[in-house]
Amino acid sequence: MGAESLILFFIFGILLVGGGIVVSYLIAPSSKNAIKDEAYECGIPTKGESWVQFRVGYYLFAILFLIFEVETIFMIPWAVVMKDLGMVAFVEIIIFLAIVLLGLLYAWNRGALKWD
Amino acid sequence: MTLLNFSIYDFSALINSIDAWLVETFSPTLGHLIGLVLVGTCFLIFTALLGLSLVYIERKICAFFQQRLGPMRVGFWGTAQTVADIIKLLFKESLITKKSDKFLFNLAAFVIMMAPFIVLSAIPFAKGLQALDLNIGLFFIISVSSIGVTGILLAGWSSNNKYSLIGAMRSGAQIVSYELSVAISLMTIVILTGSLQLSEIIASQSDGWWIFKGNIPAIIAFGVYIIASTAETNRGPFDMAEAESEITAGFHTEYSGIKFAFFFLAEYVNFFIISAVGATVFFGGWMPLHIGDATFFNSAMDVIPPIVWFFGKIAVIMFFIMWFKWTFPRLRIDQLLTLEWKYLLPISIINLLLMSIVALKGWHF
Repeated sequence: MGAESLILFFIFGILLVGGGIVVSYLIAPSSKNAIKDEAYECGIPTKGESWVQFRVGYYLFAILFLIFEVETIFMIPWAVVMKDLGMVAFVEIIIFLAIVLLGLLYAWNRGALKWD
Repeated sequence: MTLLNFSIYDFSALINSIDAWLVETFSPTLGHLIGLVLVGTCFLIFTALLGLSLVYIERKICAFFQQRLGPMRVGFWGTAQTVADIIKLLFKESLITKKSDKFLFNLAAFVIMMAPFIVLSAIPFAKGLQALDLNIGLFFIISVSSIGVTGILLAGWSSNNKYSLIGAMRSGAQIVSYELSVAISLMTIVILTGSLQLSEIIASQSDGWWIFKGNIPAIIAFGVYIIASTAETNRGPFDMAEAESEITAGFHTEYSGIKFAFFFLAEYVNFFIISAVGATVFFGGWMPLHIGDATFFNSAMDVIPPIVWFFGKIAVIMFFIMWFKWTFPRLRIDQLLTLEWKYLLPISIINLLLMSIVALKGWHF
């Protein structure tokens, strides 16, 4: 099968979830009341919104992730041709990784990896 | 009409004969279309069966680790328990809280389930039994399976529930972090294979699996892979995204009924995928255990069908991952991120360099 059948899997993925939801909608009982509409938190009425500014630590990790994910994408084609290119590829990836790891060391040193 | 030539050792003959029969009976376009629908239906059924059986196996193994019996009442040894569960979940009211973002809330269930479902298409189950054999197969699997994290973040954010938000944030940070180590440890083997196509990766292991052939770096890479992929699927001991004792059920606290079932199913399909990718890259997928050119041994191993090898390897890896869950205590978020950024990531990068030295010097077998 060719890559065009990805569309097929996309459609069947929608069918899988959508079908389940539709069947459940048809056969499941439904009785509305005000208490059911509340968030499942602790029993007493919920205070405030949950859509708040969240701690910045998570975003620091997201940024670090971006750097390394791009690095990984660069390294995938490198890994494929590594054996053919030989020593040149090895030296080049060492230079590349040194720059990226320097970034990690910098973040580490500045306390971006510390959680408190 | 051609006869179905079925062989448990090579499915390509069966697939080709079905395809030929469909094209012969209907018009080429219609036959091809019916073939596609058949494949899709097979994958739907497989996904459902996978979820049902894995949940049962997990509950049973968990029970045995704790010296309990686990589900025993529905069916023989409780085998029908998960079927009963899914029927019950279908009949449950699907609640959406008033304050939640309803569109994103529903969208999350789709995103989280579709990512692993699409990845399943690239998994080689046996010889000739693979829906999509892309030349960038491994890259496809890594990239598409990481879409799932979007679903988790959507679910947590749209629920408008504090537990959900905390769970989603933890889970997002955890999954994106550990994805790096998973990708880099898989790249370690790609250096040796020189190809991302899964069928070629398997073919390159016809004289031995990479975990044996690849010297020490391959073993380190497998160690990193198994730890990082356990974390990437939110399984214990890295399951603090759903730490019941702290944040109820994490990002899927607000989900009920069938949508909850999809979150559960996605988790188990992901679990299957990481085991399958680990088995394919490190243990030769459906390739039987071969040792160099020991012809007698190799042909003796070939008697066991590839599909049995594939699911056998997956079962072993899954058992180990379940074993981790009941052996190690749950990590805290700071310990979890420390483990990835200060240990696994540097180790896997240095291991990658080590493997490139091994590949350059030809120290692998």
